[in-house]
Amino acid sequence: MVSPLTKKLLRDLWRLRGQVLAISLVIGAGVAVFVMSMGTLRSLEEIRAAYYERHRFAEVFAQAKRAPERLKTEISRIPGIKRVETRIVEEVILDIEGLAEPATGRLISTPEGRPATLNLLYLREGRSVARAQPDEVVMGEAMMMAHGFRLEDRLQAVINGRKRTLTIIGVGLSPEYVYSIPAGALMPDDKRFGVLWMGREALEAAFDMDGAFNDVALTLQRDADATAVVAALDRLLEPYGGAGAYQRKDQLSHWYLQGEMDQLKTLIVLIPPIFFGVAAFLLNIVLGRLVATEREQIGLLKAFGYTNRDVALQYLKLALALVMVGILVGFGSGAWFGRVVTGFYADFFRFPFLYYRLSTDVFALAAAIGVMVAALGTLGAVRQAVALPPAEAMAPAPPTFYRKTLLEHLILLVHFGEPTRMILRHIIRWPLRSSLTVLGVSLGMALLVGTLFFIDAIDHLMEVYFYRAQRADFVVTLVNPRGPEALHEMARLPGVLSAEPIRIVPAKLRAGHRERRASILGVGPEADLMRLLDEEERPVPMPPEGLALSVKLAEALGVGLGDEVTVQVTEGRRPKRTLHVVAVSESYIGTPAYMGLASLNRLMGEGAVISGANLMVDARHADSLNRRLKDTPAVAAVTVKSAAVESFEKTMAEAMMAIISFYIGFAGAVAFGVVYNSAQVSLSERARELASLRVLGFTRGEVAYILLGELGLMVLFSIPLGGAIGYGLAWFWTVSLDTDLYRIPLVVEPATYGIAVLVVVVAGLISGLLVRRRLDGLNLVEVLKTRE
Amino acid sequence: MNDTRTPTLRAEGLTKVYETGDVPVHALNGVDLALYEAEVAVLLGPSGSGKSTLLNILGGLDRPSGGHVFFHGDELTAFDERDLTSYRREKVGFVFQFYNLIPSLTARENVQIVTEIATDPMDATEALRLVGLEARLDHFPAQLSGGEQQRVAIARAVAKRPKVLLCDEPTGALDSKTGILVLEAIETINREFGTTTALITHNAAIADMGDRVILFGDGRITELRENTERRPPGELVW
Ligand SMILES: Nc1ncnc2c1ncn2[C@@H]1O[C@H](COP(=O)(O)OP(=O)(O)OP(=O)(O)O)[C@@H](O)[C@H]1O
Ligand SMILES: [Mg+2]
Repeated sequence: MVSPLTKKLLRDLWRLRGQVLAISLVIGAGVAVFVMSMGTLRSLEEIRAAYYERHRFAEVFAQAKRAPERLKTEISRIPGIKRVETRIVEEVILDIEGLAEPATGRLISTPEGRPATLNLLYLREGRSVARAQPDEVVMGEAMMMAHGFRLEDRLQAVINGRKRTLTIIGVGLSPEYVYSIPAGALMPDDKRFGVLWMGREALEAAFDMDGAFNDVALTLQRDADATAVVAALDRLLEPYGGAGAYQRKDQLSHWYLQGEMDQLKTLIVLIPPIFFGVAAFLLNIVLGRLVATEREQIGLLKAFGYTNRDVALQYLKLALALVMVGILVGFGSGAWFGRVVTGFYADFFRFPFLYYRLSTDVFALAAAIGVMVAALGTLGAVRQAVALPPAEAMAPAPPTFYRKTLLEHLILLVHFGEPTRMILRHIIRWPLRSSLTVLGVSLGMALLVGTLFFIDAIDHLMEVYFYRAQRADFVVTLVNPRGPEALHEMARLPGVLSAEPIRIVPAKLRAGHRERRASILGVGPEADLMRLLDEEERPVPMPPEGLALSVKLAEALGVGLGDEVTVQVTEGRRPKRTLHVVAVSESYIGTPAYMGLASLNRLMGEGAVISGANLMVDARHADSLNRRLKDTPAVAAVTVKSAAVESFEKTMAEAMMAIISFYIGFAGAVAFGVVYNSAQVSLSERARELASLRVLGFTRGEVAYILLGELGLMVLFSIPLGGAIGYGLAWFWTVSLDTDLYRIPLVVEPATYGIAVLVVVVAGLISGLLVRRRLDGLNLVEVLKTRE
Repeated sequence: MNDTRTPTLRAEGLTKVYETGDVPVHALNGVDLALYEAEVAVLLGPSGSGKSTLLNILGGLDRPSGGHVFFHGDELTAFDERDLTSYRREKVGFVFQFYNLIPSLTARENVQIVTEIATDPMDATEALRLVGLEARLDHFPAQLSGGEQQRVAIARAVAKRPKVLLCDEPTGALDSKTGILVLEAIETINREFGTTTALITHNAAIADMGDRVILFGDGRITELRENTERRPPGELVW
């Protein structure tokens, strides 16, 4: 037999179904975010580990100018090394049909006729390169898909000054290019950057690298000292133009992937607790008020001899049931969102396979957290129920003691109608309850502001980066640094309105015991196409002497204005100098360092050379400029801003938007849940009072006004508070999601507040309508007959 | 009083002070009282004189500020929360003026909620038959009249076969005809099970159905009256 208490529980749940739904929605949102992010993270972690392992992803990397192949034997003698692979890696300009701008191809040598030792290729399609077929390449899947290439398609490449036609004979993936992005770029642009694997002999011939290599990758023995290996490798490569060896954690693809996973971790840590917190809060309100309205029933149960434990259990069970519904909703939607989000990741990150794996422990953990939320949210109410002495509970609740407080006197100086007075009195009489409701609605709105904010932030980041700091329409990088005449040549290219020199030098920066790898950018005295920005994002001139750091880099090194930083250049003659920090510049993306162009050149001792140019271009001549650049052998890479912006908006922004939309959807659900819940609670609480008014001759409209007027007033109060909390939340994100990849600017546009307000108001209206319908259907006789 | 009957409940020097307001309210000012095995005691007194307070203390719902209560040999006032709970669970049945049914449970379920946790209860249906409600088993409180609701409350109170039945103005909200039905139910229980019964009322006519009448005023007993014979509720008029 089902016990009467269980029946009561079920009937209570049914009676409260509106609120059950609202709370489930909120808990469901928290569980869904958790299941989604945690599941995605797990999938990424597992798949990455398996991929790295099976495809022997190297652990230490180094580049050099040109080292003799016999050095390989010496390298393999470094203690702790397991396997060594030498390679030739070169960047070339690609001329792809249908693409106006020149693209960049990274040619990577692969042994002909046998698999590589490290960083093994995963062949998705076709075959690997064959001996004596120098024009065959395996193309990375990303570029392959971006252009819709098929096997046997051809493309033009300018290889060591000569234009050649390459044939795609395979589609490959490598653990080295899970995320394929050219050095110094912001985000992947698979149309304009791609990896191509070419035969080692073919590359040796093309770049005069017979018996030589310029890139080496190693794996380590289990107990090897990686730092010692890096140092030893640096020593061996130094005479051959070694650019500084680095460990896997600094490898570009891995670094981005890791950054992305760290962010996911942060999301798991930050977002679900907010949803769970709101849910616990709602539970508290609902159960608290339920206990208040059921105080006589509780007293009755106690009078019959039910123990405090029985009573506590009853309400705990109710909360658990509420939470269970939420957990189930969260499981379903979380798994679904997880699949969708993993799909987005599969577009950025090239794994041989990427799937969202449902692991039971993620669900178990989510469920456990849900149950904890239930316990937490019930605690107050249960304690209240337990504390009720049976005798007191038996006496009918004394009529609420209304008294004219000073505040009330002040407010009621204005002549309001009696219903309006009732609203105001009710709010004033229950200040705690009213403020809790206001707080709840505010939290819903804050979540909206705090998620919509990401869109503002990305927009702002784009604006600052592309239009205030990096203003060049074209950025041209040269194969080798060249003299100042190269700048004049570029200035004379068709459509070029102005050209400014670029000098990029790789270096290690050290302050105290902290060290960072960074690129030092040389900034000319009148640079207008690449500018430093102060903390208000206004352009400031680069001081001619000293070192300027991006905010993030300064933070990482723990230095500020006037502090000393030791610069160890890892190119050319590898000069080492201690410089003062003369400026700290806002750069939301990356961690660049800057020096005056002249002083950088003096430091390098190579004369007034440039490694590229920033160009301002007349858009009408962009096509002919593109054609010329594609045919210029000295050009290693061209970045076209409009294309970069477009690609950013197409790929990154799209995926990010989709993920953010989930959060916005969840936040909307919370806002609605809180508002609807508050309306429901006040209805059930005041049903008798309102029914009595109806009996006294008040119309439905007047009675609805009393209830809904209060709700409206609460929503009104919530709006400024919600905006403020939302801004705080945005601030919190910027602080906690601050990574080496980028910093998030704290900008909340008025439109964001507007949308959040709109959602809350619409939620209020819908809740009002639903409650109004229940109010109209109120059975006066039944309400007045039973004493609840 | 030189009574030889065994008291079920005995109170000595009970006081109760409520400190909730600005001035302390002395609800009970030293009450000495015994309720005997199988008797019906009727408590009469003006509003605010402390009747409900006394009943709540006797039923283990509340604690006195001073004095002692004994149930058979055990001192109730020395019980801890758990003992009080099991005292209420096993020994006491309550009937209240406002019925206090649980609105989300049917008549039968409202009784079952008590039989569930009692050691030797009667069947819920049987208890409802005792009060003449066998035809209303599956009605919710909102579908019952006031008198019917009160009879459900009585069925609920007696279903556990309590030693003590405490009724606080059980007819207060009912017309005389319905009130008599309710009183008859109480009387039947008392006769059939020998339940010690205390009944609070404002209605002097009801005093005739008791073995004894206890008159209350200002927190103390002002007069004890013994009826030579109990008049059946059916003969009462008001
Ligand atoms: N919880 C309480 N807090 C403060 N005073 C109380 C409380 N309960 C009862 N009183 C006061 O104690 C006194 C006795 O109350 P009690 O309810 O026992 O009276 P009663 O005889 O049952 O009256 P009635 O016939 O009106 O039910 C009254 O003055 C009442 O105001
Ligand atoms: Mg009373």
